[in-house]
Amino acid sequence: MKIKSQKDFWSGLMFVAAGLGFAAGATNYSFGTSARPGPGYFPFGLGILLAVLGAMVLFKSLTVESEGGDPVGAIPWRPLILITLSVVVFGLALPRLGLIVTLPILILIASLAGDEFRLKEVIVNFIVLTVGSWLVFIKGLNLVIPLWPTFITG
Amino acid sequence: MGDLINNLMLGFGVAFTLQNMFYAFFGALLGTLIGVLPGLGPVATIAMLLPSIYALDATPALIMLAGIYYGAQYGGSTTAILINVPGESSSVVTAIDGYQMARKGRAGAALAAAGLGSFFAGCVGTIVIAAFAPPLTELAFKFGPAEYFSLMVLGLIGAVVLASGSLIKAISMILLGLLLGQINTDVISGVPRFSFDVPELTDGIGFVAIAMGVFGFGEIIANLSRPAEHREVFTKDVKGIWPTKQDFKNAYPAVLRGTALGSILGVLPGGGALLASFAAYTVEKKTKGNPGDVPFGQGNIRGVAGPEAANNAGAQTSFIPMLTLGIPPNAVMALMVGAMTIKGIQPGPQVMTSNPELFWGLIASMWVGNAMLVILNLPLIGIWIKLLTVPYRFLFPAIMSFCCIGLYTLNNNNFDVFMAAGFGIVGYFFFKLGCEPAPLLLGFILGPMMEENLRRALLLSRGDWSAFLTRPLSAGLLIAAALMIIVVSLPSIKKKREVAFQEEP
Repeated sequence: MKIKSQKDFWSGLMFVAAGLGFAAGATNYSFGTSARPGPGYFPFGLGILLAVLGAMVLFKSLTVESEGGDPVGAIPWRPLILITLSVVVFGLALPRLGLIVTLPILILIASLAGDEFRLKEVIVNFIVLTVGSWLVFIKGLNLVIPLWPTFITG
Repeated sequence: MGDLINNLMLGFGVAFTLQNMFYAFFGALLGTLIGVLPGLGPVATIAMLLPSIYALDATPALIMLAGIYYGAQYGGSTTAILINVPGESSSVVTAIDGYQMARKGRAGAALAAAGLGSFFAGCVGTIVIAAFAPPLTELAFKFGPAEYFSLMVLGLIGAVVLASGSLIKAISMILLGLLLGQINTDVISGVPRFSFDVPELTDGIGFVAIAMGVFGFGEIIANLSRPAEHREVFTKDVKGIWPTKQDFKNAYPAVLRGTALGSILGVLPGGGALLASFAAYTVEKKTKGNPGDVPFGQGNIRGVAGPEAANNAGAQTSFIPMLTLGIPPNAVMALMVGAMTIKGIQPGPQVMTSNPELFWGLIASMWVGNAMLVILNLPLIGIWIKLLTVPYRFLFPAIMSFCCIGLYTLNNNNFDVFMAAGFGIVGYFFFKLGCEPAPLLLGFILGPMMEENLRRALLLSRGDWSAFLTRPLSAGLLIAAALMIIVVSLPSIKKKREVAFQEEP
C-alpha cells in the first residue's frame, strides 16, 4: 500500500485518533437515552462521526492520486520550538519576575526564531514594547499585571 | 418605514457620542493597519484585543471590534493594489486588476475606486442591515430548539462549503471544534467532562486561547518557516489620487452591481466578503463594457470597483445572522459572539429588544466607521505604504507580546498562556496538513449551544429523531444544508471551486 497524499493521510489519522479518543472518553459519562440524553450522548456521537469522516479522508489518501504525493514537508524545528518555548517561559516567569523582566525574555527568545537576528534591533524592540505595554495595559487599561519581580516588591 | 427611521435615529444617537466615535475611529484605524501589515489578520487582532474589552462597556467594545473587521477590508485592498499581496483573502481578486493599474501608474485611481466603491457599499449595507434585521428577529422568535439546531447545522455547513480546500476535511475540522467545545461542565447534569481533573478545564477551554494559539502563534511559526519574501512597492507612482471622469463613468455601474451582489451573498450562512468579491469579479468579467476599455487582467477599473464594493457590502451584511440569530457566519463573527458573551450578553434574537442601544448603535457606527475610513484612507495612503516596509522581525515579537499579556490578563493566571502555547503547535500542524482552522473555531463557539438545543429538542420529542424532519422549518433548513453539500460535490462544480480558490495564497 502506497500513500498517495501525505497531507491527507496524516490529517485522516489525526481525525480518527481524536474522534475515537473523544468517543472513548465519553463512555465515562452517562449516555442516557434518546428521550433523555445524558452528558455522554453528544460527544459520543460526534466522536464516532469524526472518526468515520477521518477514515474517509484516510481512505482517499490511499486511493486517489494527488500531484507529487502532496508531501507534508520538513518541520521547521527552530521557530516551532523557540516560539512555543518563549510563550511557556512567559507564562512561568510573569507571576514571579513581573512584566519588566519577562517581556524582554519573551522578545529575546522569540527573535531568535527568525532568520535575521540583530541584537541592536532586538534591544530597541524590547525597550519600545515593554514601555508601550506598560503604558497601554497597566496605565491605560488598568489591568492587573505584576510589573516588578516579587523579590523587589516583596 | 417609520420604525426604520426611528431605530436608525436611536442608533445614530448612540454612535455619535464622543466616546463611541472614538472607538469606531480607533477600530477602523487599527483594522486598516492590520489589513496593510502582512501576516496579521483580523481574527488574530480581535482575539488579541478581547481581554482588553473587559475594561470597556459592551457597546464601545463591539463598535471597536466591528471597526477592525471592516477596516481590515479596506487595508487589505491597499496592499493588493500596491504590492500584489492581498492583505485579506477577500481582496485576492482586487489584486488582479488593481496591481496592473498600479504598474501603469494609475495606483491613485485604483485606490480611489476601491475606497469610494467600498464607502458606497458600506452605506447600502448599513441600510440593508437596519431593514432586514427586525423581520429576521421576528422569525427567529418562532424557532424552537429543533429549528435552532438545524439552523446551526446549515450555518456550519454553509461556512465550509464556500471556503477553500477539501470539503470533507473542513467538516472534520468543524466536528473537532464541536468536540473541543465539549470540554466543559455539562449544563444539564453538572458533570465535568474531559477535564482530566484539571480544575481550569471544568470551565472549558477559553476560546481566546484557541484563537490566539492557532491564528496568532501558529501563523507566526508558519510565517517564520518561510524565507522572507521580496516585495515590490509602487510608492513613487501614487500621485493624482482622483480618478478621471471616464473612470467614474466606467466604475459606478460596477459599484452598483457589486453592492447588490455583496449585500445578498453576505446574509447567506458562510457567505460574506470572500465569496462576494469572487462573484462580483465574475459578473464584471461577463458584463459588456464600453468599446476601447482596458481588458480584464490588465488594469480594468471595473475589476477593482466591483469586487471591492461587493466585499465591503458582504462584510457589513454578514453581521445580520450574527446579530439576529446569534449564529456567526465566519471566524470574525464567532469572535464577536465571544465578545458579547464576555460582556454578559446572550447572543440571539433577544439582543435587539434587550439591548437596543447596542444593537442599533453598532449598526449606525458601521456607517460612521465607513465614512471615517474614506477620510482616513485616501489622504493617508502614503503612511500606510511606509508601514508596508516594516520588516516582519519587528512585527512578530510585538504580536507575541500583546498576545501573551492578553492571555495572562484573561483570568489573571498563566493557564491560558500554556493552553495557547499548545494550540500554537496544533495550529501549525493544521497548517502543515492543509486543514483550515476557521471551521474549528466556528464549531468550538457553536458547540455548547448546539448540544443544548439538540438535547432540548430530543427531550421535547421524547427521543424521536424524526422531529428534525417533520417540523417544516427545521426540515427545510436541513434539506438546504444537504443540498449545499451535494451541489458542491458535483464533479463540474467541484472543479470550478478548486480553480476559483487556487488564486489564494
